[in-house]
Amino acid sequence: MENKKKVLLKVENVGVSMNDKSLVKGVSFEVKQGEIVTLIGPNGSGKSTTAKIALGIYKKIDGKVKTYTNKIGYVPQKISIDWTLPIRVSDFMTLTEELTQDQINIALNLTGVEHLKNKSLSNLSGGEFQRVLIARAISKQPELLVLDEPVQGVDFKGEIALYELIKKISDKMKCGILLISHDLHVVMSATDYVLCLNGHVCCSGTPHHVVQDSKYKELFGDRASNILSLYEHKHDHTHSPDGTIDQK
Amino acid sequence: MLDDFFIRALLAGIGIALITGPIGCFVIWRRLSFFAGTLAHSALLGVTMALVFELNIALSVFLISAVIAIFLLQLQTKTNLPNDALLGLLAHSSLAIGLVIIGFLTTIRFDVMGLLFGDILAVSQNDLLLIWGGGLFILIILKIIWKPLFASTINYDLAKAEGMNPDRYNAIFTILMAAIIAISIKIVGLLLITGMLIIPAALARNISNNPIQMALLSTIGGLLSILIGLFSSLEFNTASGPSIITAALLLFLISLIKTKKFSELKK
Repeated sequence: MENKKKVLLKVENVGVSMNDKSLVKGVSFEVKQGEIVTLIGPNGSGKSTTAKIALGIYKKIDGKVKTYTNKIGYVPQKISIDWTLPIRVSDFMTLTEELTQDQINIALNLTGVEHLKNKSLSNLSGGEFQRVLIARAISKQPELLVLDEPVQGVDFKGEIALYELIKKISDKMKCGILLISHDLHVVMSATDYVLCLNGHVCCSGTPHHVVQDSKYKELFGDRASNILSLYEHKHDHTHSPDGTIDQK
Repeated sequence: MLDDFFIRALLAGIGIALITGPIGCFVIWRRLSFFAGTLAHSALLGVTMALVFELNIALSVFLISAVIAIFLLQLQTKTNLPNDALLGLLAHSSLAIGLVIIGFLTTIRFDVMGLLFGDILAVSQNDLLLIWGGGLFILIILKIIWKPLFASTINYDLAKAEGMNPDRYNAIFTILMAAIIAISIKIVGLLLITGMLIIPAALARNISNNPIQMALLSTIGGLLSILIGLFSSLEFNTASGPSIITAALLLFLISLIKTKKFSELKK
């Protein structure tokens, strides 16, 4: 089963320097179909930089990036729309892809901002803008989604709903997701593979594996390692080798 | 009542307004007004080069603009000076070099005023052909690259990540700007072409809420400026280029009043 999943993005030992100072180096990972890979790490640890390297935004990088799809949706960490540029939400939705009105409506509806369709982008609040950014990225039905702090500025309730949506998208649309998030709860409960960065890869693996790593504890403190326990449900049954369930 | 020269002037002006309308929007969206001004200033050097080497003026202006644009990119990699300082450096030094070379050209009689402010009333058949032919070409290219250029204007990273190749479209746009300046320099003059690019687009921003609408209104604003400017220059016997820009400014001021009313209504 595992081997059948198509690899969408392969990053091998990449790094980038600016003015002779290394921003990040020696990062390797791959994103497969239907999988969520998350980058965590303190501020300035090179999370966004790594995502940008993977997306081919930098001209000069070390290492190799291979992308096996050209259907990519990107939610950048920061985007500012100048006042001189009048643009409505509906114009922004079709920025890199032609979409029908239906497709636009569906995507905006999914992130809960259909009513903002004809509003000016510059009149949106921070949270509304993030929802529009996510809607735009998923509307083109990408095979690979790169989300850089996608729920910043979104209210608490909306945050959970949006992360659920992201999880649903990865399951349903079978797209691979590269996620950058500060929210360790979400990261640990919803992702398949975690890379903990601090200028280089401190540790990586499944969430379960990473929280037990001493380097993770060093970076995020002891309390962060207890996070996983919140999400681990107690098994009231066991799985026998042939897949049937034995109730206790 | 309307003489041939005036008809030609009108046709030339209309042609230029049709191109500067949409291109001017991109100039202000991308914050390139100072860059446009620099290219326009370098046109003087282009014209003197044309005289020295007996080249076609439009071609020579176009080439010099392209050289200046490339030189700017080189300078940006060599120094950390801010862009406006580099642009000012290039604008005034190319203007100065142009004027110095004119000083050496003692055998050629040369209308510097016409070059600075344009001479729309001396438009020839060939000029018209250049404006409408070149203009059509520029507009067709703009139509083809609109989407990726617009995406690159909104956000470089986003456009690049989603496969739009922003570097290519930024370069094409720079070439289009050089081309516009080359074909309109004789008509509007190097000091006023930037005005034609920016003022109609600025007034359009005040009264529009989406990019296509702004490009259309900017074109209409440019056309009105040309008509009002040319007819009043005929009526009051004023210089045509400055009359056109003054008309554009008046329209801009009117657009300000309108937006104020709009925002009051919204309250």
